[in-house]
Amino acid sequence: MIIAISSQGPGLESQVDPRFGRAAGFVVVDTDSGKHSYSDNEQNLQLAQGAGIQAAQNVAKTGATAVITGHVGPKAYLALNKGNIQIFLGASGTVAESLEAYKNGTMQPATSPDKQGHW
Amino acid sequence: MRIVIASGKGGTGKTTVVANLATYLKLSGLNVSVADCDVEEPNLHLFLNPRLDIEKTTTVPVPKVDPERCTGDDCGLCAQLCRFKALILMAGEVMVFAELCHGCGLCTLACPEKAIIEDSRIIGVVRSGMVGCMPFTEGELRIGEAMSPPLIEAVKSASPKNEVELIDCPPGTSCPVIKSLDGADFSVLVTEPTPFGLHDLDLAVQTLRQLRIPFGVVINRDGMGNSCVHDYLEREGIALLGTIPHSLEAAQAYSRGQLHVGHVQGFEAHYARLWDNIRQQIGEIHS
Repeated sequence: MIIAISSQGPGLESQVDPRFGRAAGFVVVDTDSGKHSYSDNEQNLQLAQGAGIQAAQNVAKTGATAVITGHVGPKAYLALNKGNIQIFLGASGTVAESLEAYKNGTMQPATSPDKQGHW
Repeated sequence: MRIVIASGKGGTGKTTVVANLATYLKLSGLNVSVADCDVEEPNLHLFLNPRLDIEKTTTVPVPKVDPERCTGDDCGLCAQLCRFKALILMAGEVMVFAELCHGCGLCTLACPEKAIIEDSRIIGVVRSGMVGCMPFTEGELRIGEAMSPPLIEAVKSASPKNEVELIDCPPGTSCPVIKSLDGADFSVLVTEPTPFGLHDLDLAVQTLRQLRIPFGVVINRDGMGNSCVHDYLEREGIALLGTIPHSLEAAQAYSRGQLHVGHVQGFEAHYARLWDNIRQQIGEIHS
């Protein structure tokens, strides 16, 4: 499966970005092949509005069926839900560490957004 | 003549000036109308007690996508073109986030399948009526609604263009204020003579200069605070249109929802002087 992790940098050793819509980028990992790539999110950082839903659209385009991040707002939550993309919140540490936490089953899929918009 | 009373800082006395100036002008026999463009917190009616006859719901257009006609993943043009990022393509369908939509209509025009029609959503109401023989218009934004400019536009459209049109502007310097100021022939900035007043007055001055709207300043509660605003106006070469003195009696009248004109001795003269100076400034602009 393909998982997207909001990240402050392009590598597995980069720190997780706690934001979703305005994350610096997403490390996209193929858990079957072990390969990973980086999807830059810069075009959404300066948006006055809609950053969360644009990020959701871009994440869906990578083929990801799960997202690991810190928090999501209500619109991003709706968008990811529509795309049947599972959301794992509260990630911290490096991308590699949060991926481990996810694999160990210590993260539960979110059933609601955990932040207001523009937090 | 459209005169917009603005400030930058909230609570300086815009509504007080609009209510009293309108009343003074009406008593002087002028053909005047008032419009309250502070649609988030309209309170001009508290001082003028209009008889409100008409209430109209105001809507803004939002796109509605026909899933039968939409080609989904094969297209995505609407989501691509939307400047407000209100549309996305997700799971082969278009998702519309109505509260982000600014009603520009581009998606509806651009859709190659003609799959988008115009639906609408309610943003608030416009109320019209009279204060005696003076037309009064106000708007009230739906609670929780972020988009006020279209409602402000509706208030201005509903307000009759009398000889003098006084517009009560919301506080601040962002979209609602810009929308309220649009089309003004002149603006009166109300301030208080304190460092707080000065700070926000300067922001309002910069805004008006960018908009190239001629303006002058009236100092409310003159006598309290310090001279920083007076000094600023001199330095900047900005016309001081008048002052309304800091007065316990005036504050008491205000707190009872009463006008100064007709209730506080000597105050009508301040509004008379204000109007004379406004007319003089406007005259100077046209010569």
